[in-house]
Amino acid sequence: MNWNLFVTELVAGITHGSVYALIALGYSMVYGILKLLNFAHGDVYMVGAFIGYGLITVFGGAEALSINIVLLLVLMFVCAMLGGGLLGVMIERFAYRRLRAAPRIAPLITALGVSFFLENAAQLVLGAQFQSYNSFGWKGGELWTKGFTLPAQVHVGIAQVIVVVGAVVLMVFLTVFVQRTQTGKAMRATSFDREAAAMMGIDVDRVIVVTFFIGSALAGAAGVFNGIAYQQVWPYMGFQAGLFAFIAAVIGGIGNLPGAVLGGLTIGLAESFAIGYLSSTFQAAIVFAILIVVLIVRPSGLLGRAAVQKV
Amino acid sequence: MDGGRDINPIPARPDEEQIPKVGVDSWVASHEGRVQRSRFLREFDRVPRPAFYAGFAVLAAILPALTSDEYIIRVGFDTLLYMLLALGLNIVVGYAGLLDLGYVAFYGFGAYGYAMLASPKFGLHWDTLAVIPVVMICSALLGFLVALPSRRLVGDYLAIVTLFFGQLFVTVYQNGNRISFLGITKGYDVTGGPNGIPNVDNWDLGGFKIGSVKGYYYAALIVFVLALACIYLIDTSRTGRAWKSLREDPLAAEMMGMPVNRLKLIAFAVGAAIAGLAGTLFAALNTAVFSADFDVPTLIIVYSMLILGGAGSIGGVILGALVVNVSLEVLRTPGHATWIFYVVLAATLLAKLRPWRVLAVVGAGTIGLGYAFHAIMSSAWPRSTRGTSTVGGWLGNGLDGWNLHPTNPMMIGNIAFVILVLAVLALTTLRGWSRWLAMIPTLYLAAFVWDNRLVVEPSITRLILIGVILIVLMNARPQGLLGTSRVEIV
Repeated sequence: MNWNLFVTELVAGITHGSVYALIALGYSMVYGILKLLNFAHGDVYMVGAFIGYGLITVFGGAEALSINIVLLLVLMFVCAMLGGGLLGVMIERFAYRRLRAAPRIAPLITALGVSFFLENAAQLVLGAQFQSYNSFGWKGGELWTKGFTLPAQVHVGIAQVIVVVGAVVLMVFLTVFVQRTQTGKAMRATSFDREAAAMMGIDVDRVIVVTFFIGSALAGAAGVFNGIAYQQVWPYMGFQAGLFAFIAAVIGGIGNLPGAVLGGLTIGLAESFAIGYLSSTFQAAIVFAILIVVLIVRPSGLLGRAAVQKV
Repeated sequence: MDGGRDINPIPARPDEEQIPKVGVDSWVASHEGRVQRSRFLREFDRVPRPAFYAGFAVLAAILPALTSDEYIIRVGFDTLLYMLLALGLNIVVGYAGLLDLGYVAFYGFGAYGYAMLASPKFGLHWDTLAVIPVVMICSALLGFLVALPSRRLVGDYLAIVTLFFGQLFVTVYQNGNRISFLGITKGYDVTGGPNGIPNVDNWDLGGFKIGSVKGYYYAALIVFVLALACIYLIDTSRTGRAWKSLREDPLAAEMMGMPVNRLKLIAFAVGAAIAGLAGTLFAALNTAVFSADFDVPTLIIVYSMLILGGAGSIGGVILGALVVNVSLEVLRTPGHATWIFYVVLAATLLAKLRPWRVLAVVGAGTIGLGYAFHAIMSSAWPRSTRGTSTVGGWLGNGLDGWNLHPTNPMMIGNIAFVILVLAVLALTTLRGWSRWLAMIPTLYLAAFVWDNRLVVEPSITRLILIGVILIVLMNARPQGLLGTSRVEIV
């Protein structure tokens, strides 16, 4: 057995899976509370990635960075998360809020419209071409040359460590927030039963805004992580990533936060092993097959509990 | 109801037909009778629907006689094709209430199916009369298979499975030039990959070959009318009523003994078959198929047609496809696009701004602001007025003195676009006079962005507008232009 290939794909899968998991968390949170497939979530991720790219450009471009890398990374994350969060809140306020009581299909189609609008507005303003974070070139490439070596001679760069550790830190923060704070409790209550939560005095509007902010901020951070590990950003990057992340959320059990992380890692690993062992073009087919199998065998997802519908 | 109070007797509409109302209770069913309508609209409603469809077909049939311009006939063909697509989607979304986001994959399946069976690719040159049934049946089976795993699940799962299926379709067809089994066998070329399948045959109906755009126009018209007739009959049939009850309340429908799963699958398969049929026409006229034609933008365009016209209404589908496709076509020429923009803007303001004082203030304010701003900027920063409008004639001359046209508007236009989006969003939160006053600079900004940025990028602008149409319609008038609004009792 070729251990080198196996470990390489394992590392790549975990890295990519962390990015998917972060996007899937936001998807899952919004779905849990509003029962809305927020197709625009992937485009928030795209905007986050472009905010990071804009900062690199402002500070002299990848080859000639004028500031410390750590400072740059912190700035990128703060700005991308704030920008993504604000965008998410605006989308909720102006596109979805009026449709809370509408038939299910109306907000879905609106979400498609928002996604389509954001993608094409980004293409108008930022241009259709691919841009690159080029993190290989930052200060002589220390982000990739430094690092450590795993068994079977697989080198892991700091960039990949940043992605995985950063994602884990954000997930821990999210878990603590949802489990331990007053607002987190309100979010869980709203997700369980919106009307009952409102009757218990929870400000549902505020909870929904907070949910959108946090979920979208995670997507913005995921955009920067993706840029650091995989370099390329372009206006249509959000659609496919959002789709995969949503499937990750469904596989893990929608509305279930650990499930979203598990689903994200599953998708990331499946994709990278498919690329390594089968074919580099049909990883989408593998993911689709996993989705279908999960939907048939465990419709409520790997970690989700079967919903009992009271009529 | 609180039994004590008397409710005024419902005024029955004299011409109200005694047709069964699906999925609604008596109060909602008689809602239309309580709506005040003008005499004209009442008379209009009395004309049976098929008369409208026949009238439309006659008008469409004489179009080629009025013009010899190939381009116009080509646009007519595209519009008919979109109508056919929207008609099929209407069955799935409008009647059965299922969100099918993989719809264009069936369209692509039909197009590729036709291209494989009637082109030099595999040396097959089947008769079109044989290809069409094969393609339609295969599309229907494919639709059946796609809907199968999600039949028990809520609509959202169906949406995600179909959306992913659509994406998968594009990927497979794009890379279908080296399909091999798990990397063991050598790669076979099935779909031509990114090059698509070229040199597709023309339609050959048992020896009768169609070779001109006009011929395809009539073929599309005949196919469309046949499909319309079938769908009209299905609409008023037992199955059609069952679909609508499913849309209104799946649970109640199941309680009434309807085979919910089977109905969903049938709706899906029928929609897919119609999309496949449309695909064969598309492949034959374009003489080549590429996977990029069956990607998300096409899906969103078909959806916007359905939503604009009003999901669930056949007339709405026809109107929606006509409006969307013709406007998208007009947007391609910057000169026409500018005209359309200002005419639509003026018409919207005339229709929506009441009372007339508001209209006068906003109109005069916008025009005055433009001239004042133009005068200031031309002395302060001459470069900002040196460019010219994309439209000629008196409108262009007027715009050159009113609107700013910088010589290199790319950067400032992009910034203005972002500000415009924010300004429009802010405008929706204002009320009263502050809204009308804030509207003046927003309108001027919109004109600036349109003239300098949007009109020079027609291919992106049309997609942005489609997105805006979907968002605004869903928020303001979810029933579309011709749909009837739903009345719900809480």
